[in-house]
Order: sequence, then C-alpha cells, then structure tokens
Amino acid sequence: MEHFEVRATLARRAPGNRQQAVVGVNASGNVEILVERTLSETETLVEVTTAITGYRALWQAVIEDFFSRCPTGGLRFAINDGGAKPDVVSLRLMQSAQQMGGGQ
Amino acid sequence: MSNLIDLVNHDYYEASARDRIAGILDPGSFHEFLGAENRTISPHLAQFNLTGAFDDGLIVGAGRLEGQPVYVAAQEGRFMGGAFGEIHGAKLVGLLRAAAANGARKGIKAVLLLLDTGGVRLQEANAGELSISEAVHGIVEARLAGVPVIALVGGRSGAFGGGGIVTAFCSRIIVSDHGRIGVSGPEVIETNKGVEEFDAKDKGLVWRVTGGRTRAMMGGADCFVRDRIKDFRAAAIAQIGAAAPFTLATLVAEQKRLAARLQSYGDCRDAPEIWRIAGIADPASIAEVSEEAFASLPRLKEAAHDAR
Repeated sequence: MEHFEVRATLARRAPGNRQQAVVGVNASGNVEILVERTLSETETLVEVTTAITGYRALWQAVIEDFFSRCPTGGLRFAINDGGAKPDVVSLRLMQSAQQMGGGQ
Repeated sequence: MSNLIDLVNHDYYEASARDRIAGILDPGSFHEFLGAENRTISPHLAQFNLTGAFDDGLIVGAGRLEGQPVYVAAQEGRFMGGAFGEIHGAKLVGLLRAAAANGARKGIKAVLLLLDTGGVRLQEANAGELSISEAVHGIVEARLAGVPVIALVGGRSGAFGGGGIVTAFCSRIIVSDHGRIGVSGPEVIETNKGVEEFDAKDKGLVWRVTGGRTRAMMGGADCFVRDRIKDFRAAAIAQIGAAAPFTLATLVAEQKRLAARLQSYGDCRDAPEIWRIAGIADPASIAEVSEEAFASLPRLKEAAHDAR
C-alpha cells in the first residue's frame, strides 16, 4: 500500500463553481477520484492511495502532465486506485476536472 | 455523475451506481447522505492491502420519483462486487431505520434498493453478515411503518448471498434480463456440491436458473423490464402503489404458494423442465426470445401472488 501527494502552485483557477464531484470506480484497472474545491485558488493537490507499490515516479509524471493541461487551481483530488494504467488515470483526472466545470 | 451520456436511455447494466440514481430519480432531485467528502472508507480493507472507496460502495440519500419523495440506496457492483462490508452495511441499515422511524411522517413513499452485489465482503465477513441481518430487520420495520421497499436488480453482480435474502424481503422486486437473484452463487454451489450438481461455467444454465426471466416467470420477481434506466424508473413508479399490505395472512398465503411450487417443480434440474410441466408450448424459447417478446409473455399462473 502506498499513499503520497503531488502538489503544485498554479496561477490559474479551475473554472466553474461546482464544489465536489466523484468520477470512476475503484475497480480492476480503474480509479475513483473525488474532487473538492477546498484549496486556495493558486494551489492544487492530488492524493494517491494505491495497492501497487513502486510506481510513484510514473504517477508524478502523469499528474504533472495533467496540471499542465488543465487549470486546477483550488481543486483537491483524492484517488483510490484499483490498478489503473497511466492513460486511464490521465483520462479520469481530466474527466474529474471537466465535471467541476472546466478542462478539456 | 456524468453529463456526457444520455442517462435516461442508457443501459442500466453498464451504468455506475451514481448514474443509475441520477437517471431513475427526477433530474437533479438527489441529495446524498454521507457523501464521498466524508471519506467513509472501510477501516478493514487496508489490512489486506486493498484500497477502499470513499462511499464504501454504497450511495444513500433522498430524492424524488415523479414528484414523490423517496429514499434510495445503490450498490456499486464494480467495487468489490458490490459486497456488504461494515460501513456499506451500516449506511443501508441507517437509511432503512430512518424510513421506519420517520419515513411515513416525512411523506417518504418508498425506499428504492438498487442492489448489485455478490453478498458479504469476505475481508469483513462478520460485520457484513451482521449488517445483512440488520438490513432485513430494517426492511421489515419500514414495511410495517407503511413505507414499501422496492428492489431493483439489473447489475453485473446480480443480488446474491445476503443480497439475495435482502431482495426477497422487499415489498416488490423489479428485474431485467441481466439481473440474477439467488442466495448461493453458481461457483459456491459447484464448489460445495460438485459440477454434477451445478456447472458454474455453463452460463446458459446459470442464467436459465438464476436469471431475471426465470425469476419473473415464477413470481420470484414482480416485474420484468428491458435493460434501460428509463424502464427501471417507470417500473419503480408503477410498483410503489402495487405493494401489498404486510400482514400475517399474506405471509401464510405465500408459504402455501411456495410449498405447492416445490411440490410441482422440486425435481426440476433446469428452467425449461419447469416450463414443460407448466404447459408452455416451446420451453426452450423462453431463454431465447427478445426482451420485448419475453416481457409480453404470460407468467406461470402460480406466479401470481401479493405476498410481498
């Protein structure tokens, strides 16, 4: 079991006013993501809980790529991982940002 | 919750628990109790190196169904097979107790249970089993208080183990083609009694014995619907008013009906044998005709009952 956080300080506030969203399911090859608009507008945070250890650098790369694609200032993401591949994680992160009212 | 897909016309089977709730209730009317932000994650799963879910695989809350206030609970069948754990079970029991204690006063017209479960979660089995007993007690109390409990079964995990028992206690049961209802699942029967007793790999056999068509034909479910969220919604609206009064006389009548059914069909090994004894012209066709054609077929005459 591994638990870690990836933080960033962003200039861009996440668009929209929705306070919370849940996307995905913690099932095999999938992830559940809870997003909450609880941080200051320039901060963002992704918390990862995964049973598969040793891939922290890959998670970091996927999440930093996501930060570069979507304005997520103010959003706190929490992930329960069911063994998702990086492409699935990336798509779910973008879906979760889209649900909050912004992103591609 | 997704706004990219047309929930109302979407398959029920493929939808997530959250999407099922959103598509069945009046749009935007759902208010979740103990939402994901409370992070009610199972305290047990981490000991087994398993990650949890923020809602522990059960979503509970209140909403409206064609304007009428209802409570709803939906299991996410893809998270641990929708299985009952301690928190998952406690959320369901809490909702049922709320319905029993003050549902009638608050004008709650029904509790909808969107079951999608393999039964009890093995990693927290004692707590899960206990919650099944408490849920069954909660259903009885809600029904005695005049709040019908409607089961909707059409997910990939069906309603098995304790989930099958919970289903059987409900006021009305709505099932689709994909919905399977039973207590011991096919693999459990095969493991305990041998492949000669039940071949769990024979998917045709599994569906003919436990599937929605057989349950609806024989009165194990009250209503068969096509696998669309809108059909489950329409059926739920119709079934609220159809729930029979919960009295001793109806239970005695049901006991008689089930004893007679066992007498007639107790030796059958597969569903078509039942249809043959019941006088259905082409017994093999029951499993093969389209959903629409099946929905318009008459049920067995002994399936008619109002004991639920």
